[in-house]
Amino acid sequence: MTKLTEVARVIRSKNAGPYELTLDILLKDAAVYETFRSRGIISRASVAALYGVSANEVMSVIYFDPAHAIKVTMKRRIPSGAPGDTDVYGAQQHMPLVDFEFELGDVPAERG
Amino acid sequence: MTAGEMKDPRELRILAPTAILGYGFPVESFETGLARDPHVIAVDAGSTDPGPYYLGVGESFTDRSAVQRDLSLLLEAAVSRKIPLIVGTAGGCGAAPHVAWCRDIIEEIARDKDLSFRLGVITADVEIDVVLKALKSNEVIPAGGAPELTESAVVASTRIVAQMGVEPIIAALDQESDVILTGRAYDPAVFAALPIREGFDRGLSVHMGKILECAAIAASPGSGADCVLGIIRDDSFILEATGDDRRFTRESTAAHTLYEKSDPNRLAGPGGILNLEHCEFIEHADGRVEVRGSHYEPAERYAVKLEGARRVGFRSCCIAGVRDRIAVDRIDSILDATRGQVEEMLEGNSGDMHFHVYGRDGVMGKLEPERRKPHELGLVLEAVAQTQEGADTLCSLMRSTLLHLGYPGRISTAGNLAFPFSPSDISMGPVYEFSVHHLMQVEPEALFPLTVYEIGPARKAI
Repeated sequence: MTKLTEVARVIRSKNAGPYELTLDILLKDAAVYETFRSRGIISRASVAALYGVSANEVMSVIYFDPAHAIKVTMKRRIPSGAPGDTDVYGAQQHMPLVDFEFELGDVPAERG
Repeated sequence: MTAGEMKDPRELRILAPTAILGYGFPVESFETGLARDPHVIAVDAGSTDPGPYYLGVGESFTDRSAVQRDLSLLLEAAVSRKIPLIVGTAGGCGAAPHVAWCRDIIEEIARDKDLSFRLGVITADVEIDVVLKALKSNEVIPAGGAPELTESAVVASTRIVAQMGVEPIIAALDQESDVILTGRAYDPAVFAALPIREGFDRGLSVHMGKILECAAIAASPGSGADCVLGIIRDDSFILEATGDDRRFTRESTAAHTLYEKSDPNRLAGPGGILNLEHCEFIEHADGRVEVRGSHYEPAERYAVKLEGARRVGFRSCCIAGVRDRIAVDRIDSILDATRGQVEEMLEGNSGDMHFHVYGRDGVMGKLEPERRKPHELGLVLEAVAQTQEGADTLCSLMRSTLLHLGYPGRISTAGNLAFPFSPSDISMGPVYEFSVHHLMQVEPEALFPLTVYEIGPARKAI
């Protein structure tokens, strides 16, 4: 099993507006990025499983070539700053991704 | 400050001193930037990150003394060099009270430093009736995950602002404003306005603005409190860190393009979309990065993003710790019992109770996958009610009920909570939530009125 921290340089979360949480994974190099992209290692289903939400709550998974980056956007359950919110800036929601483990050599070739 | 005065009409240099006005910048680095002979100094002051409170209540989330320090240096530099200074999203949220707050600071500095200039002030407040009318004409759609807008959400809003694009700022430059202070503006607009006015490519101008608005956050090492110079040419722009120990790298620049956006390939802004699918980031050996291929796609109809906040009540909170292992193990049933008893006491008029359980899932709530057993818990009891008195009462009952709650297996009968402070409860004031986060179709000129003030001439005439 490979840990995401072994192949990623940055793993972070932040608000994208008050209603969405966006997660960025910046991979270390083009080869790893291509592997992720072609094998769909990060997909709506894999992110949903990590965060214990339904795939519908994962709004998008976008691969961004210029930064060797994958961007995941989730719907916030409570909008930023509304009563009951736990993270107004959304900056501390990334750890499930940090702990993500996967088989680099043996993953389904399904795209996110 | 106009095209005729430019040394090189094929190049414009934009100095971005800091990520948010009030976050500060090193004077030496700023002077290095000034030595590069910039055509404009621009700074963005705004963000929705600190939450809906500041827009709703009309206060700045930045500190007055810090903003005064930054503005003082910026005004002196811009006025003495006769280059425009453009400040976007005054006071963090850019509604009328935020603009007035920042304008007051600017006028105070002008008096203290004996500065004279033309101050163009552009407001961004949108009347409730204008939004209601647009809503009825189906000219409003949700932005970024927001629910459909309703009439009641609009009417309940304390304030609604719209994000202006470059057009109102260009109009202020056309009116020979030396200093421009704007209400809510699309973050890149203050940086892109002069280049677009001078005929530079709109896609490159907006993309450059998108990076400059965070100043050195996009450099390596990143900092929200250092200056960056943006140099725009006909077919590219270049980013240059002015701080000695900082440089731009391909990675730092490309990575920043992702920041705080849901789709980095297509960034929506006032009047159109910035398409970055084919943009290239070229790293130069001298610590600079050149960007090419950013492309702007105008929308069929011009739309701006509206932001509104409404008051939902008042909040009180109490901070306490739990170390008792038996209580830690049963915290869910203990909190449920507390909630039930308080509801019973207040006969259903209690307001909203939230228990933030740090050490278990205080940060991530229901998204938390980790279930390791903690040895202690930090609790924040949150009470929200229609009045401050109601919130104080609710918080007090939550605290006293939880403190002395009997639960199965309890062996520590003197009290369930460790308070770090006396008094234990904090009255936190009004609570707001975002009520509007939507795109509205408009004629942009109509929404953002400009007023130009002559600052300092009376003093000069004496």
